[in-house]
Amino acid sequence: MAARILGWLALVALLAGLGAAFGYAPREAVQGNVQRIVYLHVPAVLTAYLAFALVFVGSLGYLLTRRPGWDRLALSAAEPGVVFTGITIASGSIWGKPTWGTWWTWDARLTSTAVLFLVYVGYLLLRGMIDEPDRRARAAAVVGILGAANIPIVHFSVSWWRALHQPSAMIGPGSAPYPWWMKAVILLNFAAFALLLGYFVARRAEIARLEDMHAG
Amino acid sequence: MSAYVRRAWIVVWKDVLSERRSKESLNALVFFSLLLLFVFQFALGPDRARVETALPGLLWLAFILAGLLAFGRTFLVERENDCWEGLVLAPGDRSAIYLGKLAGNVLLMAVVEAALLILFALFFGLDFTAALPALVLVLALGTLGLAAVGTLYGALTAQLRARELLFPVLLLPAVVPVLLGAVTATQSVLAGQPLAEAMPWLTLLAAADVVYLVVGMLTFEFVLEG
Repeated sequence: MAARILGWLALVALLAGLGAAFGYAPREAVQGNVQRIVYLHVPAVLTAYLAFALVFVGSLGYLLTRRPGWDRLALSAAEPGVVFTGITIASGSIWGKPTWGTWWTWDARLTSTAVLFLVYVGYLLLRGMIDEPDRRARAAAVVGILGAANIPIVHFSVSWWRALHQPSAMIGPGSAPYPWWMKAVILLNFAAFALLLGYFVARRAEIARLEDMHAG
Repeated sequence: MSAYVRRAWIVVWKDVLSERRSKESLNALVFFSLLLLFVFQFALGPDRARVETALPGLLWLAFILAGLLAFGRTFLVERENDCWEGLVLAPGDRSAIYLGKLAGNVLLMAVVEAALLILFALFFGLDFTAALPALVLVLALGTLGLAAVGTLYGALTAQLRARELLFPVLLLPAVVPVLLGAVTATQSVLAGQPLAEAMPWLTLLAAADVVYLVVGMLTFEFVLEG
């Protein structure tokens, strides 16, 4: 029931976010309509970080309590986390082609997002390789914790790596401060995505619970 | 505390002794390093300037490739000889076992890295002597970071079906900061720049080492359960 309410809330918020991104937010003067990708791109990456924070909490919770519910939380958050990271990279690529002239560049933020993607794809691969629930949960929890602890280190190392080599000429609109209405539309879409994440996590955790019940 | 150090030391001693008698890992790893040199040479061609430009990256590529093999074997002896329970049943704090295995891996990598440096110097006509003290510091910090994650994930994947595949897939993205930091610091050191130039990277490497070590020590007991 709670999941269903969350789902409807997410749908309403998504529609509102879509309306705001296309209806309320004005067309950007230089980039044109393509700039509206920001309303997908930034909320997606924020939601991915939120999901990976949930993976961390679930992993920590499992190792401390050994309650399978924590592991199901970690699993249920990791899958949409990877998807939202994928959306971030894909939408960034689509945005990059017309504005920077290239699908991909080894810019700091692109690289660290790609590394994040690889870490959690590895996490899901690991989960797929272990059948025994407690072993799977323990192994995954260790990777989930190290992965989260690594996020700031990856972030710093990659941004220094680029900064030391060449000035970031390719950074998009992030270098200029956003106007308040743009931030508001981004936040609205983030709220919608976060609700959607909550809905996915609740549904996925329920499926995992039924799977566990069936296997046990 | 001394009991803790002793527990870690016993693990190191056991592994060094069995390695000294079998020479299983070390011989193959040094030979593998030699093969890597040939591969690099074939890939880059005879132009010496190209080799020198790519040298920091090549060195760490060789280290990480050798490390993937070495760290993946960390718990091979225990798994193949059914001694895993022996480790689990060992009394006291399990993180001592992690530190012992880690020290063994660092030791092994130190020998392999020394061999690789000598081989690079020989075959590519390079001179490392001027940069050596600073280079050793960079190598030590980088290797500790690689080994800290490598030892933990080596234990984690030791019992899995597809461990040869899964181990690098987990390890490589996790050690991206170490590789970036180590390659950049090596570059600066080999270019003869003062150590202060590489300081931000050395600090980052040290911070990464501490984080990986702490996570490894805290989570190892859950990995060891098998």
